[in-house]
Amino acid sequence: MTSQEVWITGVGLVSSLGEGADTHWQTLSTSPQNAAIVDVDSFAPYPIHPLYEVEWEKHISRRDKRQMDLWQQLGTYSAGVALEDAGLKDDIEQCATMDMIVAAGGGERDVEVDTNVMENATGKPDQDKLLIETLYNDLRPTLFLAQLSNLLAGNISIVHKVTGSSRTFMGEESAGISAIQTACARIASGQSTHTLVGGAYSCQRSDMMLSFELDHLLWDKAPTDVWSRAEQGGGIMCGSVGAFLVLESAEHAKARGKTPYAKIAGVVADHGNRTSEAFADRLEGLLSPLIEDESKELISVLSGASGTKQITDAEQALLTKLLPDNAKRAYGSLLGHGLEAQFPAGIILAAIALSNESFYPAFSANEVPSKSTPESVLVSTLGSWRGEGFAKVTKL
Amino acid sequence: MVQTYRDHKSRPIVAVTGIGVISSLGEGRQDNWSKLINGQSGIHRIKRFETEGLRTTVAGTVDFLDDVLAKQSGMSAPALSLEMAKRSGLEAIAQSGLSTNDFPGALFLASPPVEMEWQHRFKLHQETQDLGGSGYERLIAGAKRQNHKSLYELLQFGGIADNLQSEFGTKGLPISLSTACASGTTAIQLGVEAIRRGETDSALCIGTDGSVNIESLIRFSLLSALTTQNDDPTKASKPFSKDRDGFVMAEGSGALVLESLESATARGAEVLAIIHGCGEKADDFHRTRAKPDGSPIIAAVKHGLQDAGVGVDGISYINAHGTSTPENDRMEFNSMSAVFGSNLKNIPISSNKSMIGHTLTAAGAIEAVFSIMTLMEGRIPPTINHNNPDPDIDLDVVPNVARDTNVATVLSSSFGFGGQNACLVMGIA
Repeated sequence: MTSQEVWITGVGLVSSLGEGADTHWQTLSTSPQNAAIVDVDSFAPYPIHPLYEVEWEKHISRRDKRQMDLWQQLGTYSAGVALEDAGLKDDIEQCATMDMIVAAGGGERDVEVDTNVMENATGKPDQDKLLIETLYNDLRPTLFLAQLSNLLAGNISIVHKVTGSSRTFMGEESAGISAIQTACARIASGQSTHTLVGGAYSCQRSDMMLSFELDHLLWDKAPTDVWSRAEQGGGIMCGSVGAFLVLESAEHAKARGKTPYAKIAGVVADHGNRTSEAFADRLEGLLSPLIEDESKELISVLSGASGTKQITDAEQALLTKLLPDNAKRAYGSLLGHGLEAQFPAGIILAAIALSNESFYPAFSANEVPSKSTPESVLVSTLGSWRGEGFAKVTKL
Repeated sequence: MVQTYRDHKSRPIVAVTGIGVISSLGEGRQDNWSKLINGQSGIHRIKRFETEGLRTTVAGTVDFLDDVLAKQSGMSAPALSLEMAKRSGLEAIAQSGLSTNDFPGALFLASPPVEMEWQHRFKLHQETQDLGGSGYERLIAGAKRQNHKSLYELLQFGGIADNLQSEFGTKGLPISLSTACASGTTAIQLGVEAIRRGETDSALCIGTDGSVNIESLIRFSLLSALTTQNDDPTKASKPFSKDRDGFVMAEGSGALVLESLESATARGAEVLAIIHGCGEKADDFHRTRAKPDGSPIIAAVKHGLQDAGVGVDGISYINAHGTSTPENDRMEFNSMSAVFGSNLKNIPISSNKSMIGHTLTAAGAIEAVFSIMTLMEGRIPPTINHNNPDPDIDLDVVPNVARDTNVATVLSSSFGFGGQNACLVMGIA
């Protein structure tokens, strides 16, 4: 089987900083240390990176938008940005054969209904009966669909007519890693010619804040960068992030005359033991083969570290050991943690830098300046709980 | 002899060397099969929770693991889904003869999207009475005060796969997926693709769903998807009948060990069946309804046949999606007619859901297991409760009684909300 190169030909990044490749490049390549947009009030004491004010009508009709809550809107919109960037938006023929892999969590709950049930039913002798009554009366039928994991993909099919195939992966950060890895493997082996892949995470929702707080994972002090948070006990600052890419085989992109941002030269992923010594060995064994053929000085790193202490420390130790002098940027310091979208977002930022033949200045005072222009960018994402992935994005 | 291990597109041929299943009928492939062949229904009145006020009070819940779960974290969708996946997975791996704790390939898991459930919210709400405030703010304040690590882990979307990976020693990063009611089929398709790419010689593909609870039932009820024929639970699921009025929610798990034929043969494993092909096509029409002309379903089946390299005369039996909703069964008939034309009248097509209900995320995997048993046994399970055929659906549904006949190839199709259409073509070893 001949192996096809996997080219990145379209990116759709939507975050607190704005949307699109140019906006993110401008912001992150000029003075990123003052660029973070943080909301410290809405979910106090937890600071978040809220979504910028999106003009939804650019990619989603009002009618379709009403069928979704913010998470699905953000994902569907980001997919539209990626398709447009690839020059494939509204190309019915290309979209009808385009494959799709979406990394998804679940949609927002109706907080008002949940609150009513909790207030009125908890602990009552007829608790379940009251639950049944309230849900029948107050749940909006469409809300169920807005909550279903695979309905982000469903909405992308409806809104953008991407219908070659539709697969939804779940599992927090791992879902984003598997989505990219599987999309690349399918294209490289000829199982797909062009694939829309990515994910979205909306952090502006109390049900997810609760989920993280069950294990005390959130940062609840004054906002600061990823590395500083890990130093001070650790904690996640979530961000609303939509990150979709159009990946194509080199052959498919060439045939339609499309210039790529970069290629994805390799993806490795694993899941397993995280006790400290075994974890360090496992990470080194995973990453080493991916970068062994490279001139080390030509690699820069985009780290998806979330800021939780043990995992961020482990990643930092690994990168310090294998790539001691290379520029490393924790993009969570600016976008926040995007969960399912974290890995795809890192790949997009890598592609943007490589196509600009440059790299990002330090995202925080504790990061060192770049010494060279990278040929390759290593993107890392270690799940806050489980799953680890690395990708090597390379200049063409 | 290298050629015999490659298919018509020169890809590695994918064999099935182990199968395992749990449904409301019972645990294990033999128990399930004998009941299925006898036309027995697993649908019963719901006992798990209060049903007063519910429009649907019947389901195919798996209740025989209640005691096991009580000794663990208690009943919840992820806990039951995990326990069933462990059992069906163990049955499949044991049959394959591969290691049950150091499985050599990757895990592809179709699992229900997990969420905090009402029992958890009620409990958190109760333990924060002293805090004041209301709703999620109060629960978050309570969570901040006291650690709930085990609940956090239970509610991670990747949690079931994480536990299965620890149990079976599967390799790499496990994939958890959802394509709604086509999920089980997609899990198998991902395994097939990985073996065809030469990434792995084996894959463990599991579909599991234990998510019948008050809220999930009401959500489907509000979409008018469920039957309200509660009088005789065993008669509620009646695919392709004139008086069908919705599906019956159900639980279960199906597991398959896939291997390249070459590696299965090399280690002397018994090959149960071959997965010849997979097909899929997404629908862009509506969030819950299929495009009226059925073109996405038709395309998914055609892609499956092409992938398998068989023509419309090459399918001997169809294991239907057959949910018993008015829309699905009509769409399925129309679409199959469009694909198979005049051949369709010679192809028996039955719905396992008439007996086990709609096992949602698990359905594609469970029905693949039953399809493989159909190939192996030369017996087709019936569509039960078929006493009032829909005159607009002219199909040989194998009504009410199982049929003995040689079956060389099976098409198993699955369709789900969100425009998901996927199918598998399987054949005798």
